[in-house]
Amino acid sequence: MDVPAGLRYSDDHEWLRADGADGTVGITRYAADELGDVVFVELPKVGRSLTRGETFGVIESVKTASDLYAPVAGEVIEVNGALAGAPDLINTDPYAAGWIIRLRLTEPAEAGLLKDADAYRALIGG
Amino acid sequence: MLGALGIESVEALFEDIPASVRATGIDLPPGEPELVLQRRMSGLAARNRVDLASFLGAGVYHHHLPTTVDTILSRGEFASAYTPYQPEISQGTLQTIYEYQSMLAELTGLPVVSASHYDGAAATAEAALMTIRATGRDRVLASRAIHRHYLETTQTYFSDGRHALEELPTLPDGTTDLDALEAALADPHRPVAGVLLGQPNAFGVLEPMARAATLAHAAGALFVAVVEPVSLAVLASPGEIGADIAVGEGQPLGIAPQYGGPYLGILAATQELTRQVPGRLVGRTLDVDGRRAFVMTLRAREQDIRRDRAASNICTNQALCALAATVYLATIGPHGLRDVAASGAANARRLESALAAVGVRRVHSGAYLNEFAVRVPDAAAVHAALLDEGVLAGLPLVRWYPDDPALTDALLVCATEVTTDADIERFASAVATRMTVAA
Amino acid sequence: MTTLQARPTDVGLSERDTPEGSLGPRRAVGASLQPTLAELSVPGRHSDQVPHPPADALAGIPADQLRGSALGLPEVSEPQVIRHFTNLSHLNYSVDGGFYPLGSCTMKHNPRVNEWSARLPGFANLHPLAPDALAQGSLTLLWELQAMLSEIAGMHATTLQPAAGAHGELTGILLIRAYHHGRGDTARDEVIVPDSSHGTNPATASMAGFKTVTVRSAPDGGVDLDALRAALGPRTAAVMLTNPSTLGLFERRIVELLDATHTAGALAYMDGANMNAILGRFKPGAAGFDVMHFNLHKTFSTPHGGGGPGAGPVAVNERLAPFLPGPLAVRDADGSCRLEVTGERPTSIGRMRAYQGSVGVLVRAYAYIRTHGGAGLRLVSDDAVLAANYLRQRVGEAYELPFPGPCKHEFVATAKPLREATGVRTLDVAKRLIDHGFHPPTIYFPLLVEECLLIEPTETETLEDLDAFADALLAVHREAHERPDLLHEAPLTTPVRRLDEATAARHPELKWRPVTGAQTPCPQ
Repeated sequence: MDVPAGLRYSDDHEWLRADGADGTVGITRYAADELGDVVFVELPKVGRSLTRGETFGVIESVKTASDLYAPVAGEVIEVNGALAGAPDLINTDPYAAGWIIRLRLTEPAEAGLLKDADAYRALIGG
Repeated sequence: MLGALGIESVEALFEDIPASVRATGIDLPPGEPELVLQRRMSGLAARNRVDLASFLGAGVYHHHLPTTVDTILSRGEFASAYTPYQPEISQGTLQTIYEYQSMLAELTGLPVVSASHYDGAAATAEAALMTIRATGRDRVLASRAIHRHYLETTQTYFSDGRHALEELPTLPDGTTDLDALEAALADPHRPVAGVLLGQPNAFGVLEPMARAATLAHAAGALFVAVVEPVSLAVLASPGEIGADIAVGEGQPLGIAPQYGGPYLGILAATQELTRQVPGRLVGRTLDVDGRRAFVMTLRAREQDIRRDRAASNICTNQALCALAATVYLATIGPHGLRDVAASGAANARRLESALAAVGVRRVHSGAYLNEFAVRVPDAAAVHAALLDEGVLAGLPLVRWYPDDPALTDALLVCATEVTTDADIERFASAVATRMTVAA
Repeated sequence: MTTLQARPTDVGLSERDTPEGSLGPRRAVGASLQPTLAELSVPGRHSDQVPHPPADALAGIPADQLRGSALGLPEVSEPQVIRHFTNLSHLNYSVDGGFYPLGSCTMKHNPRVNEWSARLPGFANLHPLAPDALAQGSLTLLWELQAMLSEIAGMHATTLQPAAGAHGELTGILLIRAYHHGRGDTARDEVIVPDSSHGTNPATASMAGFKTVTVRSAPDGGVDLDALRAALGPRTAAVMLTNPSTLGLFERRIVELLDATHTAGALAYMDGANMNAILGRFKPGAAGFDVMHFNLHKTFSTPHGGGGPGAGPVAVNERLAPFLPGPLAVRDADGSCRLEVTGERPTSIGRMRAYQGSVGVLVRAYAYIRTHGGAGLRLVSDDAVLAANYLRQRVGEAYELPFPGPCKHEFVATAKPLREATGVRTLDVAKRLIDHGFHPPTIYFPLLVEECLLIEPTETETLEDLDAFADALLAVHREAHERPDLLHEAPLTTPVRRLDEATAARHPELKWRPVTGAQTPCPQ
């Protein structure tokens, strides 16, 4: 299973790429495969403050809808507008073009609470 | 089967029901064979009177029913199938819903049409809730001249107190008071989610829809047109007047009155509101071999997937009624539909003239299509007396507006293409006789 | 247009992929795909339906109120209409055509005398606002049907207004709120639903402004009583329970469950979607439920219509009766019936729809109840439960049954071991059943059983049909081991095969382009 090193992972299958005070959030390849063909992503408004674990959006596939949870606290500074026209980016390129939001981290140290690639790989049994 | 299961009696299969709450049968009379049942049903049906010259509309209209409609509706392949969960063996139902969506989109001038709601009232309530979801506001303004039952139903749907439904007054000409609308929209502390007007409205009068839509939009509200579908063959469509949502009762499109239903709730919306549309949608796609096919789509908005966060609890509901409308529109065609609407208008004008000739005049001065209110002294008594003359003289509006002195003596009457000159003559002469007696 | 004419045999599959029986290959449905009405349209084609109006018919309408845009509806002849829809009907699987074991939907035979009854002109042509004096036949029927459903439910009163099961649920939840508020108890803002519930239950609760609290099921499939007790409290307005559950199991701890609910001051709602299992065996009102809805299109045999219309009457006990939506049908001392007048029952929650109900559906259900009578209705459930238990035993020859029997009118089986052994999923099993000539059961519901099949045979199938379906399901199980690829490809014999649902949802195409022929609304 595709679990890049260097990212941090939540138990809810979001990944976080920390970049100083900012971070990028998406969902893992494992989650994308479980969901199947993603058809719609409901994105939050830029400027919204999220607490750790808060629901910030919904991701819909053909037959399911799943909540998206903030892996760490932060303010939404950018959303991936490309997903509106091409939600399948989540399936085809979950760790790069399929990113979902960018956060200004409230407490950058929180990233340390998330799993590293090995621990996440153990979580998903692969 | 009992032997295969190794049990002696079917009782064994009900032992999981605790003895203290196990029932011992149903206290109803014995069953009846078909012959006896048919006598019973015929007897009940015969106790209804459907032979009068009827001028009663008020949201449900007697129209010509093409014989094709019931021919197709009687087919068990449509009637005894269910929600098309398996598209490979449901293309009949799926394609008819897609064709329904397409034709209603053309009629309403709005591109996204739901696969059906319970009736015009429920569709109106759902549209009001849509405006709230789409705008994040919680106040809805609705003309008092929308079908009374639609407003009452919306009020029931709003009864948890989270949202407010306010009624807009009407002017003496029968149209909604747009100055009052403008004033209500101007309150900066209570922004409005949606504005609802009927076309034609509950008095049969044509509303200044385009202006009302402009006012609503200027205040950031959505505009909902509550329409009658046959009229859309001749009246400006909701799309043309700038409505964001159109709702209405689909009964006039090939569905018999049936004393209340089942009917067909029409709900159409702009592209931008697609994801806010409650209920099922059917879309076109391809199968793995590249053949065109149809499928229920945008399913993840719905109750069986989103559960407590679904936009509505609605499932499929009126597919067979939507099929009736589809067969009706295919049979009647664009020119036929316009003939139906225009014939109603022509007959209504004849009715107005005939009543005016015996001294019965309209209540309102606004333009109408095929339904209008007239003032008859002692209207309720006249209405009752005319039943004995074989005339159903419309709806006494006091039933819907008990507190409005201007409508105490008003009868709401309509004509359609099935109204005959003889019906009109019978109505006018019966009223004349009655008024002479009273005078 | 050539793609529209393609037949299943054109896709490179051989006859040996088609299951065979003594009567030769059996097809679930069979016909060519159809063009749309828009594609059939040719300007000028029509059938004469109504006379032309006079030329000045619309002279009284202000010009700015008239339609300015084209009315691009199709122009086709009557023979085309009949052929189009007849051919489309051939693309449908239906109860009239075959066994339809769709769990939780009760796809039983629709008796034709019900259809005949509803089409009697006295019923079909009656206007909903007709004065009571003109409607005595229908009013008598409605009044009697209210009483019949109350008796079947063991309840005090019934409203016939709700248009569907989900509409009945909303009605019931609004009644519950009105009851609590009527006692000044306004703090109850939660509704408890088990995790096995229909999706409509939580959706209804939130539509009515309640917060949904989900409680888990116990290993035996029933509600976990401890979890329920922990969730109950002064904020609980109601517990919504489907009984028998969506697992096809009667709630064995029903007495304790109702007791706990009422002790907490909450009311008990029963989703009656599965009443076909327990007619005459369990009366929800007598057992202590406060409110329930019926699905007339399930239990009482009214046609499902390809997804409606149904009807969802709501029966209540004495506590909730004052709040029922109006108008009810009432009978006066002189024996005549009438609808309640506005304001007659000021405690009513109001109106749930226009008019008094989907009376055309109610006529059919009334005819069904009269056909069977009290004893006959109980026999309906006896036979439905017997058929389900027989089929359950046969299906259990190959598939895992996650819960012990007896079941009620339906049962759950799972293909999880099959998936582990062969990679074949329940979806594949369902699609392959179509090639064997059957409508698949409900799949992937309820959510708490992985790879599940929810199978409901109903009482109107013969033993031979039950066996034929069981044989097909077992044959598919064998095929899964021998030729799993075939199942991933299934269905192979249908007019269309598996669809690209992702593209349909990402780029919705919800209508055809307007017909080009009818650009002008009408020749003047």
